[in-house]
Amino acid sequence: MTPLDPPNPPLTRKDFTSDQEVRWCPGCGDYAILAAVQRMLPELGVRRENTVFVSGIGCSSRFPYYMNTYGFHTIHGRAPAVATGLKLANPQLDVWLVTGDGDGLSIGGNHLIHVLRRNLNLQIILFNNRIYGLTKGQYSPTSLLGKRSPSSPMGSVDNPIAPAAFALGCGARFVARGVDTDAKNLINTLKRAHEFQGTGFVEVFQNCPVFNDGAFDHFTAKDVAAQQQLHLEHGKPMRFGDDKGLRLRPGSLDIEVVTVGENGVTEADLLVHDETNRSQAFLLANLDPPTFPVAVGVLFRSDENLVPFEVGMHEQNKQARARGLGDINALMRKGHTWKVDADPSADPAG
Amino acid sequence: MDTFASTNSTTQRELIESVVIRFAGDSGDGMQLTGSQFSDTTALMGNDLSTLPDFPAEIRAPAGTTFGVSGFQVHFAAHDIMTPGDAPDVLVAMNPAALKVNLRDLKPGGLLVVNTGAFTAGNLKKAGYDKNPLEDSSLDGYRLLKIDITKHTLQSVESFGLGNKEAVRAKNMWTLGLMMWMFGRERDSTAEWLRGKFAKSPNIAEANIAALNAGHVYGETAEMPQGIHAYEVPRARLQEGHYRNVTGNEATAWGLLTGGKLAGLELVLGSYPITPASTILHYLSNLRAYGITTFQAEDEIAAVCAAIGASYAGSLGITTTSGPGLALKTEAIGLAVSTELPLVVVDVQRGGPSTGLPTKTEQSDLLFAVYGRNGDCPLVVLAASTPGDCFTMAVEAVRLATKYMTPVILLTDGFLANSAEPWKIPDINSFEPFPVKQRTDPAGFHPFLRDPQTLARNWAVPGTPGLEHRIGGLEKNYDSGNISYDPDNHHKMVKVRAAKVAGVADDIPLQKIDQGEDSGDLLVVGWGSTFGAISSAVLGARKAGLKVSHAHIRYMHPMPKNLGEVLKRFKHVLVPEMNNGMLVKILRSDYLVDARGLNKIAGQPFKIAEIEAEIRGLLASS
Ligand SMILES: Cc1ncc(C[n+]2csc(CCOP(=O)(O)OP(=O)(O)O)c2C)c(N)n1
Ligand code: SF4
Ligand SMILES: [Mg+2]
Repeated sequence: MTPLDPPNPPLTRKDFTSDQEVRWCPGCGDYAILAAVQRMLPELGVRRENTVFVSGIGCSSRFPYYMNTYGFHTIHGRAPAVATGLKLANPQLDVWLVTGDGDGLSIGGNHLIHVLRRNLNLQIILFNNRIYGLTKGQYSPTSLLGKRSPSSPMGSVDNPIAPAAFALGCGARFVARGVDTDAKNLINTLKRAHEFQGTGFVEVFQNCPVFNDGAFDHFTAKDVAAQQQLHLEHGKPMRFGDDKGLRLRPGSLDIEVVTVGENGVTEADLLVHDETNRSQAFLLANLDPPTFPVAVGVLFRSDENLVPFEVGMHEQNKQARARGLGDINALMRKGHTWKVDADPSADPAG
Repeated sequence: MDTFASTNSTTQRELIESVVIRFAGDSGDGMQLTGSQFSDTTALMGNDLSTLPDFPAEIRAPAGTTFGVSGFQVHFAAHDIMTPGDAPDVLVAMNPAALKVNLRDLKPGGLLVVNTGAFTAGNLKKAGYDKNPLEDSSLDGYRLLKIDITKHTLQSVESFGLGNKEAVRAKNMWTLGLMMWMFGRERDSTAEWLRGKFAKSPNIAEANIAALNAGHVYGETAEMPQGIHAYEVPRARLQEGHYRNVTGNEATAWGLLTGGKLAGLELVLGSYPITPASTILHYLSNLRAYGITTFQAEDEIAAVCAAIGASYAGSLGITTTSGPGLALKTEAIGLAVSTELPLVVVDVQRGGPSTGLPTKTEQSDLLFAVYGRNGDCPLVVLAASTPGDCFTMAVEAVRLATKYMTPVILLTDGFLANSAEPWKIPDINSFEPFPVKQRTDPAGFHPFLRDPQTLARNWAVPGTPGLEHRIGGLEKNYDSGNISYDPDNHHKMVKVRAAKVAGVADDIPLQKIDQGEDSGDLLVVGWGSTFGAISSAVLGARKAGLKVSHAHIRYMHPMPKNLGEVLKRFKHVLVPEMNNGMLVKILRSDYLVDARGLNKIAGQPFKIAEIEAEIRGLLASS
């Protein structure tokens, strides 16, 4: 695959903005994510005509309508399958898949498993608002236990899933997290996903002010963010807050929070983030407040080369067609065939 | 057996006009191979033929049981034939269970070949026999040829040093050799096939060939009971041309490739394995050199969605399935209708509802294909009527899908999928190409601009500068393609999508009368795989002087423009179907004719006699 040259003259954020009126509720976290993506794309130097946003159904899945690129708003949960067909037909396309916690993890969970394990070369942005927004506020597979909603008035007893851990379990090779309101880090993370040759999975914590307001405030609110978020950087010790850090509790595989400078703990005792360590990524994906900070940034990036599915398929196509496209007439005449001569006694008109 | 008057004195073979043979045995006995080898040779020898494989849903049911019986029926003749035959003239029963299951179909006085070696006390009990039927008078009405095939096979392969299991397995080839002697078939092509199949173990190939030859020698040399001898079936007078045997699923696969070539498009197949459609996936997976990418998806929903994604990207998306899979695909097919993307869905129908009869045939997805989606959701539905017709209709499916930017469902069925017939191989250069034009011009573009003639929207493909656009399943504004909830616009869009599909009627052949006059007492109307049985039944009735005609519909939605008028030229209309009355419902509601149904829902094709009896009964009582 040869990457296309960047557009000349370079594009701006406006070039990626469609003429459609955005119809999310005021204050919805989706606006911030849309803005971040529209700001990022010109910086990637990609071409509009080569970019496709594919989504399922949900508030978040309206996203493609607002992008002045190609876009396909498909059906509930099935965007990964549609995107797979797109990439099989044209591996050159730069595909972004937009999904929600319900779209991607309930109805479309099966397809998400398979797109991740096949490692198609595309980016997935999962808008996690821990609620079904579009259908007016029912609990979702990421809603916490006890969540009261129209369909769980006594509180949910439906044990939630952690999207990043799910992705890792599916064999995803790039797993990252971002926060809707933290544009700078979100843009960097999305760029990393784009750069990755394979499926780049990014979970974005997205506030739904109408049906699940403040679901992430305990680690995204300005006053607590620094204390409750661990910004991962490859090769750097895992530090957060003023003086906190993570280390492996000696003699175990458990992570614990320590204070640097207390009880003889120094920075050298802390875990150093290794993006390429899947086991560590699992531990990070499952850290939850209040005991732990929420890990954001790139949790995992595999450094083992796995040919993306569509690339492997096209290499096989090439192999099969090494001597040119097959001749169907010849194909149908292979094997046991026989010829019947004109019957001289037959009625020529018959 | 239809016999000629004469006996050919030089070969001492009795000349016969046609014969129906059924090979039956345990699933593990290799009856499908035996039958198909016999058929291939028969075709090579110039007979017309039709086959009907019949196998259990279980891969290996317990040996010796009645539900593990696998059968393969072949009908071949010195003239044109159209069905695998109502009842066998010859039944080869490899064990008691095969006898038990199949005997009731054998014609009175028919030839019964049994492998006595398998009639052990244990096998008799498993088949539910209290007494050995070979030893009482229960088979007196048939010509019985008892041979210990197991023993003869073991002797014939002795020198190859095979294990007992492997050696016994060759008994299907011994039996095939015997039947090839009886009907004057040549063994070369089977020997060649065995050498190819067992290329890695030549010893096994040679042992099987030895068994094949031994069966043949047995026929030539052994003393046969009174009334059992060899036959000759002269070649049929087929139209001039180059022929091969083809099954419906092979023809479908080749038709799809041909359609892609005529359209000038790459194909992307998304499919999930399901009987009896899987072999289309297998064939096409092997034919990537011919312009197709094949994708085994995680389920049927993903399969059709990937096909839709491929169509959005400018290839032609195809998906192949059977009833339960079509059920899963319905929501996505609605998306393709709404986004007006081309899509070909092949439904190889099987017995339903639910898992139903996976390996048996039925025509019970017609109403589902035509009407079974949420919303007003019209699309094109085609039906193939013979194995070879699967090719033609697959090409049509591609043509109509791409020309009208619409999903097309092609209905075939389990019978067509697996049964073979000699097929005059078409020259794909004789088909009119229908190259697809995808839009490149940005001037005045919006995604739902329509061709004024066909009403098809323009196809703009990602990668094309200046045509960036968004589509989806929400209703679209007629004039811009943007989302619209406007009531009048929705009304208009529903009407436009319906008009577009209805307009396909102007682009398909008029309904013809396949046999008989174009008016009369009775028109028998069929669709799909009942073609052969109806055609033969109508022929029989016409020979008896009845004023009957046959019309077979291949365009199920929209139907040919003249169909209503054709129906009204007959006093009665009879609609034989392998379902509980579906086409008959459409004809009655669309054309207000008093059509009557003849329904067989047994997982088996119609017998000619069943339809002929209904024709006679109907005309006698009217
Ligand atoms: C087949 C089907 N079932 C149900 C729905 C209704 N539905 C639309 S969106 C949605 C949930 C969306 O939740 P999520 O993916 O979290 O997206 P959000 O709206 O929260 O962004 C549901 C249940 C549908 N459109 N299609
Ligand atoms: S319902 Fe929630 S998620 Fe949906 S648009 Fe409104 S605020 Fe955003
Ligand atoms: Mg949600």
